[in-house]
Amino acid sequence: MTSILAMRTITKDFNGVRALDSVSLEVERGQVHAICGENGAGKSTLMKVLSGVYPHGTFAGEIYFDGAPATFKTINESEAAGIVIIHQELALSPYLSIAENIFLGNEVATRGVIDWDKTNLEATKLLARVGLDEKPTTPIRELGVGKQQLVEIAKALSKRVKLLILDEPTAALNDDDSAHLLDLISSLRGQGVTSIIISHKLKEIRKTADTVTILRDGKTIETFSMSESDATESRIIKSMVGRELDNLFPPRTPTIGDELFRIENWTVHHPVDNGRVVIDNASFTVRAGEIVGFAGLMGAGRTELAMSIFGRSYGSHISGAAFKAGAPISLKTVSEAIRNGLAYATEDRKRYGLNLLGGITVNITAAALGKLARFGIVDRFAENGVADSYRRQMNIKAPSLSVPTGNLSGGNQQKVVLSKWVYSGPDVLILDEPTRGIDVGAKYEIYTIINELAAQGKAIILISSELPELLGMSDRIYAISEGRITGEISRADANQENLMHFMTAGKD
Amino acid sequence: MTTVRPTLKLPTIPINLRQYGILAAFAVIVVLFQVLTDGRLLLPGNINNLIQQNAYVLILAVGMVIVIIAGHIDLSVGSIVAMVGAIAAIAMTQWGLPWWAAVIVALVVGAAVGAWQGFWVAFVGIPAFIVTLAGMLLFRGLTLVLLTGGTINALPDEFNAIGGGWIPPLMGTIGEGRDARDIFTVVMGIAVALGLIATQVRARRKQRRLDLVIEPALSMGIKTGIAVFVIVALTWQLSAYRGTPIILVIVALLILAFSFVLERTVFGRQVYAMGGNLFAAQMSGVRTARVNFLIFVTMGVLAGLAGVVTTARAGGAVASAGQSFELDAIAAVFIGGAAVTGGVGTVIGAVIGGLIMGVLNMGLSILSVDAAWQQTIKGLVLLLAVAFDVLSKRRGRRT
Repeated sequence: MTSILAMRTITKDFNGVRALDSVSLEVERGQVHAICGENGAGKSTLMKVLSGVYPHGTFAGEIYFDGAPATFKTINESEAAGIVIIHQELALSPYLSIAENIFLGNEVATRGVIDWDKTNLEATKLLARVGLDEKPTTPIRELGVGKQQLVEIAKALSKRVKLLILDEPTAALNDDDSAHLLDLISSLRGQGVTSIIISHKLKEIRKTADTVTILRDGKTIETFSMSESDATESRIIKSMVGRELDNLFPPRTPTIGDELFRIENWTVHHPVDNGRVVIDNASFTVRAGEIVGFAGLMGAGRTELAMSIFGRSYGSHISGAAFKAGAPISLKTVSEAIRNGLAYATEDRKRYGLNLLGGITVNITAAALGKLARFGIVDRFAENGVADSYRRQMNIKAPSLSVPTGNLSGGNQQKVVLSKWVYSGPDVLILDEPTRGIDVGAKYEIYTIINELAAQGKAIILISSELPELLGMSDRIYAISEGRITGEISRADANQENLMHFMTAGKD
Repeated sequence: MTTVRPTLKLPTIPINLRQYGILAAFAVIVVLFQVLTDGRLLLPGNINNLIQQNAYVLILAVGMVIVIIAGHIDLSVGSIVAMVGAIAAIAMTQWGLPWWAAVIVALVVGAAVGAWQGFWVAFVGIPAFIVTLAGMLLFRGLTLVLLTGGTINALPDEFNAIGGGWIPPLMGTIGEGRDARDIFTVVMGIAVALGLIATQVRARRKQRRLDLVIEPALSMGIKTGIAVFVIVALTWQLSAYRGTPIILVIVALLILAFSFVLERTVFGRQVYAMGGNLFAAQMSGVRTARVNFLIFVTMGVLAGLAGVVTTARAGGAVASAGQSFELDAIAAVFIGGAAVTGGVGTVIGAVIGGLIMGVLNMGLSILSVDAAWQQTIKGLVLLLAVAFDVLSKRRGRRT
């Protein structure tokens, strides 16, 4: 067998942070090659390097594709060579027909005039190849996500694809659609199409892939054939997580009290696709003074769970019950959730957390302005006092309190978000990726703040993609996979491997 | 990598530059036309006309800046002005209501119209551009229905005085004939100036007591000094004409009240928060639908007031009243430094934006510049003002 793709010693830095460290990947022609790794392991970066999103010259290393050195400067160049990436968020135009989408940018035309008969005929042939029984004139918006995924593949085939890259292809699909898609990927092997699939779902990999490569922390850990006798799910997990736990966490002696917050049978449906269950019958508890971690891979539903609890900010047809200190509470709107003592520091602080045009002061008081106001008039002197005390307490580094938060560093922005929610006086704090995009020093400070909040008797829910962070901070950890809570492990029993087992547990 | 050092001083500069930039531009335009018109621009009569002619823009700009900070737009205010004016005129001439009751009716109608538009924007979720574009047609149409194509004149003098009258010489006058001055106007100017100094001193004392960051005494002194000079000079000139226009008092109170609302109340804060980042405001518990509704009710009441003022100054209601007023108000807000994306803007900036347009109008008229060219020049001023804003922001980002 010959290899269609060889990437050798690829190294890529972002502002001094090494995202890929001498990564090598060799893909055999006519195979399905899976790439596995934790969030942030470098999978997407590697695919962007391959497809020219990061142009040749912005990274070190060599790429050989189809027997020749590849020096792609744009996505168009890599597509011309026969490499097509299908991203998790589909890139189809909803109001155009299937045929129009397939040939978008590649129209069947003579001198700029489109030949519709030929377009639809060619589209019909492609649809038959991917097993999609729809008319080529059907608008995309009338198709479900699974069928749209097939249109994307038909589009790739129309470009005479040699190497098809699918990023989490089944993350948004139901079981039937997933099975169909995986069968299609397998059958494409016989038509001379090589595929790379990036996936968290180990069962799918076992079923579909011929070879698997595992990345961790921007390095290639190992590549092995799935036909080897020891090619098990445990081996993949071991390679994905086998990282040293560093001593990056402030010491803490937990004093855990009574149960403070409980969620029972929480079920959430997708906000648009109402038939899809995003959170499936989740139940959990948090005690006073306890830090409870939530582990899950990308798309597992951690953020969706948190947002649906916090005033139904996500999802539709939400059912289930919430209890605070044993008594049922209603969490129908954000203001009701805040009144009932909840706080939620969002994952995406720029999009959901901060008014980037506003200063530090107005951001800190935004969730609890009522405390500073009488008859609707804000006491700005008291407000300044509050902001200043949090600036000192949280060690927010800024020239003044009126600096727009958009000008602060990530760590300082996060401290402003934490200040805002601490000032709102919550009993239950949900912290979603509190240290994402923050340098090591600031992380330690954030951890210290979290520990202090727990010591004050607050219940902390810590959502994180970094397993070491969860293991270093939590008293107890829940694992989520595909919208279900698949495991609960105490601090003493938890390790990266058993967590990863629960995080990758699929439906059987 | 993220370091704190480069942000140390710079972020405060572009903001101040933008705020003072608009003031400086205003000063330059005033001086320019004062020179070009051989000193005629700032004659007492012209200052008086500047205020009375532009009161409607200032009133509408005060409401429009709130709408725009929240990330919306209101295209219907010109039509609301016409419709409210027509209803007020009908109330006085046909229903026999006294002038003050007609004013109340006008404001209530304005509020109702605002509630109608606020309902569609806030609770149904239709973009304000569409709702108010529809409102622009709708209320203009209703005005034509109400006036059946004609006009209503012969309104009570008390009503007309709201737009074109003066506060009577309560303290008498000094001087004779052409040199006569209204004493009340001068006294009021001095009183307002003293009040301003007193509030500044008090705020400073409180800041010091609470150990808050206080601005340097020099810059505070210079700013207060300039403001005091402008107030005293303005009233001194006005006293030589026919005294204080009633509308000046109304507009001044509105500016004070709405500056306070935007800067110091929970409602104002929520407007800025929604314009700056709607998602973040929602996730902080701001009831955004309620705030949006209130914004449009406020705009409706102010448009109603502008309708009263316009009708009173014209001395009658016509169906074509208020034509393109919405564009004047929107231009004033953007010249005054508001951001198209929302989240940024001040009442005082919008008012200065409105005054810049007013001074341009008056200066060009005194110079007998053709109306066609006046419009051309105003268009360019709007474009340059926003371009300056965008460019200064881009520079701010790069540093």
